[in-house]
Amino acid sequence: MTTDNSGDVRLSGISKTYGAFTAVHPLDLTVPQGSFFALLGASGCGKTTTLRMIAGLEEPTAGAVRLGDQDVTHLPPYKRPVNTVFQSYALFPHLDIFENVAFGLRRRGIKSVKKQVEEMLDLVQLGEQARKKPHQLSGGQQQRVAVARALINHPKVLLLDEPLGALDLKLRRQMQLELKRIQTEVGITFIHVTHDQEEAMTMADTVAVMNAGRVEQLGSPTDLYENPQTTFVANFLGTSNLIEAEVDSRSGEDIVLRAGGGKLSLPGARCSAPTTTGGKVLVGVRPEKISLTHADDAGEIPEGRNRITGRIVDSSFIGVSTQYVIDSPVCPEFEVYAQNIDRDVRLVPGAEVVLHWNPAHTFGLDAAQDIDAGVETVEEDAA
Amino acid sequence: MSAVTEAPPPLAPTAPEKKPPRRRGRLTPYWLLLPGILWLVVFFALPMIYQASTSVQTGSLEQGYKVTWHFATYWDALGEYWPQFVRSVLYAAAATLLCLLLGYPLAYLIAFRAGRWRNLIMVLVIAPFFTSFLIRTLAWKTILADSGPVVGALNTLHVLDVTNWLGWTQGDRVLATPLAVVCGLTYNFLPFMILPLYTSLERIDGRLHEAAGDLYAKPFTTFRKVTFPLSMPGVVSGTLLTFIPAAGDYVNADLLGSTDTRMVGNVIQTQFLRILDYPTAAALSFILMAAILIMVTLYIRRSGTEDLV
Repeated sequence: MTTDNSGDVRLSGISKTYGAFTAVHPLDLTVPQGSFFALLGASGCGKTTTLRMIAGLEEPTAGAVRLGDQDVTHLPPYKRPVNTVFQSYALFPHLDIFENVAFGLRRRGIKSVKKQVEEMLDLVQLGEQARKKPHQLSGGQQQRVAVARALINHPKVLLLDEPLGALDLKLRRQMQLELKRIQTEVGITFIHVTHDQEEAMTMADTVAVMNAGRVEQLGSPTDLYENPQTTFVANFLGTSNLIEAEVDSRSGEDIVLRAGGGKLSLPGARCSAPTTTGGKVLVGVRPEKISLTHADDAGEIPEGRNRITGRIVDSSFIGVSTQYVIDSPVCPEFEVYAQNIDRDVRLVPGAEVVLHWNPAHTFGLDAAQDIDAGVETVEEDAA
Repeated sequence: MSAVTEAPPPLAPTAPEKKPPRRRGRLTPYWLLLPGILWLVVFFALPMIYQASTSVQTGSLEQGYKVTWHFATYWDALGEYWPQFVRSVLYAAAATLLCLLLGYPLAYLIAFRAGRWRNLIMVLVIAPFFTSFLIRTLAWKTILADSGPVVGALNTLHVLDVTNWLGWTQGDRVLATPLAVVCGLTYNFLPFMILPLYTSLERIDGRLHEAAGDLYAKPFTTFRKVTFPLSMPGVVSGTLLTFIPAAGDYVNADLLGSTDTRMVGNVIQTQFLRILDYPTAAALSFILMAAILIMVTLYIRRSGTEDLV
């Protein structure tokens, strides 16, 4: 990116309280110019409130919002160089698509809007629909109108409030790629609010995971996935197997832990918890990092890998992989995703197995937190 | 494979059995319409036909009226009473405009700003209906009384000088002037303006206001470009619900006006109840109906409400 920083968004200590309820705790956040930034969290975590404070639709209780070098904290929305793609789009039902897209230009007193609007409609592939009313379009088309209506103003920052929430899964995937393409093309800062962790990871360069009005962790999708710092992030982004373990000793860079009678090794650099000998640590490993070997072949497992024994409780064939649930002494529902390369026919429910993985894939978390934080419940899925 | 192809037949025998109930179902709407249609025939269509025949009768009360297809009654009535027609339209239009100006801000307030006071304000809007129309109009006689505080205040503020100059009032009084009649009409029909306005404003998605603000529209521009166009269905039905009954009203002109403020409703009432000239009264009614119908049609065409969602 260039040295131009007029599209930087800087939030310093902004918070929002409604009576006794704190929607957003004091928050510092910098979104650099030209990046695709996602605010990820379950509903009610404060992500939309944060977005609305940037848009000017909500006034922060405390703190400041800066765009580049300009303090916009107290500017009304119509004076901010920021545009929003609203959840469920909020297209003007009495105006046709052309006028919806031209709305922002006309309000700024631009007379000859025709060329710009037509170009923008072409960018979102809706040139043919210019004279239709919003209700005559499908959900995906309405969504593209909402994006075009915001982008035509060349905002410094584009805010997207769950823009794909109303679309079906297939269209969502398509629009994710489409939005990413548009962002790369126009180079504007995008701030995207979503509760869909896959969506955030596919689209964003940087993801901030929010929980209960606070940012739990901020980083690139890979970083968040591989090195979660809290149980919430570990469970909310994908699935994690978390085992309670006790610190036994240190061997060089690694920490040796005791869990369920066995020993596990954890790279010291990947442990975010204090490690005093005898102290508790939560050991985590992602299901796809684990290999399954039938107990009869346990001798073939190479030395130096973390091992746990268990029994297969359930297995489901997904196509690209098979997902196993394993009952082990350290965790009654250990999840393992095995690629379907060489399937061992003996790996069926009831079989005794050994789980093993490269110790480098292990991460350590503070055992003082709720081990189930961020586990998606059925209600959350429905919402 | 064979199991799959055999699956459909069991469904087939049930299909013909389903037909009879469906046919009965098709008639249900008409049965449900029947009471309403009967009501309309007895209390609307038949009286209309009777009235139409009355309007082309000649004769007198003593000798009885006969249908003689005397269409001249229409021309005579129109020729003699056109000033009252014009006055009706003007008063009703003025009252409608005043209702809109008074009612829109109030409806807007109730829809967007009232919060927990919303229901209370709605009750206050409707509350006058608990009193008789006649009593409420008579109350305005007291409000606008010559020695009352309202007239006194208007006099002190020299408002009456302006209204006198405009020809809305005469001398030091408001009562028995066009202004009094229009005030009465406005007051009596204001709820009919507020309720449809409120309904259509309340339906507007608040996010549209936010979206307009986000797209550089100042609050007033948002109102002009988004809120008002979206409330047009309410404006149209509100003005119709106010204008139509106001144009045919005679109570306000009777109680608050003078012989110089007679509206067509007063003429019809006098013709029918005092002079007992039924053909003229019937002809005047038809002319009023036709005039309103034409004006309403033109108005709806102009405001283009069929274009709105």
